[in-house]
Amino acid sequence: MSWTRNEMAARAAAELEDGFYVNLGIGIPTLVSNNVPEGISVTFQSENGMLGLGPYPMAAEVDPDVINAGKETITERPGTSYVSSADSFGMIRGGHIDLSVLGAMEVSEEGDIANWMVPGQIVKGMGGAMDLVAGVRRVIVVMDHLTRDGQPKFRRRCALPLTGVNVVDIVITNLAVFRRESRGERFRLDDLAPGVTRADVQRQTEAGFF
Amino acid sequence: MTDRLFADAKSALAGLLRDGMTIAAGGFGLCGIPETLITAIHESGVRNLTLISNNAGVDDFGLGLLLRARQVRLMIASYVGENKEFERQYLAGELEVEFNPQGTLAERIRAGGAGIGGFYIRTGVGTQVAVGKEERMFGDDRYILETGLTADLAIVKAYQADMYGNLIFRKAARNFNPLVATCSRVTVAEVEEVVSDALPPDAIHTPGIYVQRLIHASMNEKRIEKRIVRQVA
Repeated sequence: MSWTRNEMAARAAAELEDGFYVNLGIGIPTLVSNNVPEGISVTFQSENGMLGLGPYPMAAEVDPDVINAGKETITERPGTSYVSSADSFGMIRGGHIDLSVLGAMEVSEEGDIANWMVPGQIVKGMGGAMDLVAGVRRVIVVMDHLTRDGQPKFRRRCALPLTGVNVVDIVITNLAVFRRESRGERFRLDDLAPGVTRADVQRQTEAGFF
Repeated sequence: MTDRLFADAKSALAGLLRDGMTIAAGGFGLCGIPETLITAIHESGVRNLTLISNNAGVDDFGLGLLLRARQVRLMIASYVGENKEFERQYLAGELEVEFNPQGTLAERIRAGGAGIGGFYIRTGVGTQVAVGKEERMFGDDRYILETGLTADLAIVKAYQADMYGNLIFRKAARNFNPLVATCSRVTVAEVEEVVSDALPPDAIHTPGIYVQRLIHASMNEKRIEKRIVRQVA
């Protein structure tokens, strides 16, 4: 058994702490906002300059000037503020955002991440991913354990062009959770999906962990 | 103080456009883009442009209009995912692209507008972005040198303006607009509303010193890229 996308997001949401400012990437990370644990209040930041995101709008509330960084319509909530893109990335680079959850194509055992380009394929650009991994205090990667071809995504070294070096703190896959307490340390296996064994994970992981 | 206000985009851009120039445009995706001015630049037929903009519009809207008409030589952007024609020209080698991390792009524009030649930043250290750039340690961290960006012309979209050229942006349509407004000797702003009184001084996002020409926007389509709604309150 492996975790579903929503269960992976819920596992990431379990890392939230009350009062955190959080930036979510597109894809599975977006689902984190539906899984905030009871009794915890967090503020979501969107790098296009919105701090304090509400839920998706009702049809009558749609406002083209209120979008998130995925270019989706969104709503305000009490306490929302808007800033310029320079101020938004000042928050990010300046270490004011507590947590970033984002997807990846590869993560290395040293916490490097690759998630913006595949040589030979069309390059769409890195957007804000490099800024987020460089500046946010704690970085969680949520990704499938294997590629579509069955290759491990948590690897000794990233083969793809890097987004950041030594920046990942927690890796959540559909099979397991790996974490390290500080950058420079090795990752340890922290949690397993139901019915998945350490040996199963070992067999499907190239990265070293303990 | 009324000489900033022009009748339309064409007259506001008169004398400002030439082949090979660099134009910086505000907006994030299709949010807060100067639609009226982009359309007028498209219609002018000016070519061989360098564009500085976070995104490249979509095939038939925003800066995508200039791409489709092959008016662009170099695009300086952070993400161009939603544009098929962009991909085609890029793969065919007809268009050059310089990708910047989004925050680096924002800061380069801000720096250019503030007379800052360069700055050190952690973003991109150890990646392709750092190749060929000076690296320096501050404390225990590695930083790379990025340079300020300026343009020959800046175009922005705002919500309100007064006759003094002061601007107020609306919600997330602010994004790159206040930065872009500073990075050129000539900034043309299109606004949804020109108010007759002066805007409240404390509410102004971009002071009129940065805005040389102003028009009432004739296009306010504000196309939505991803309209997501929920069913239940």
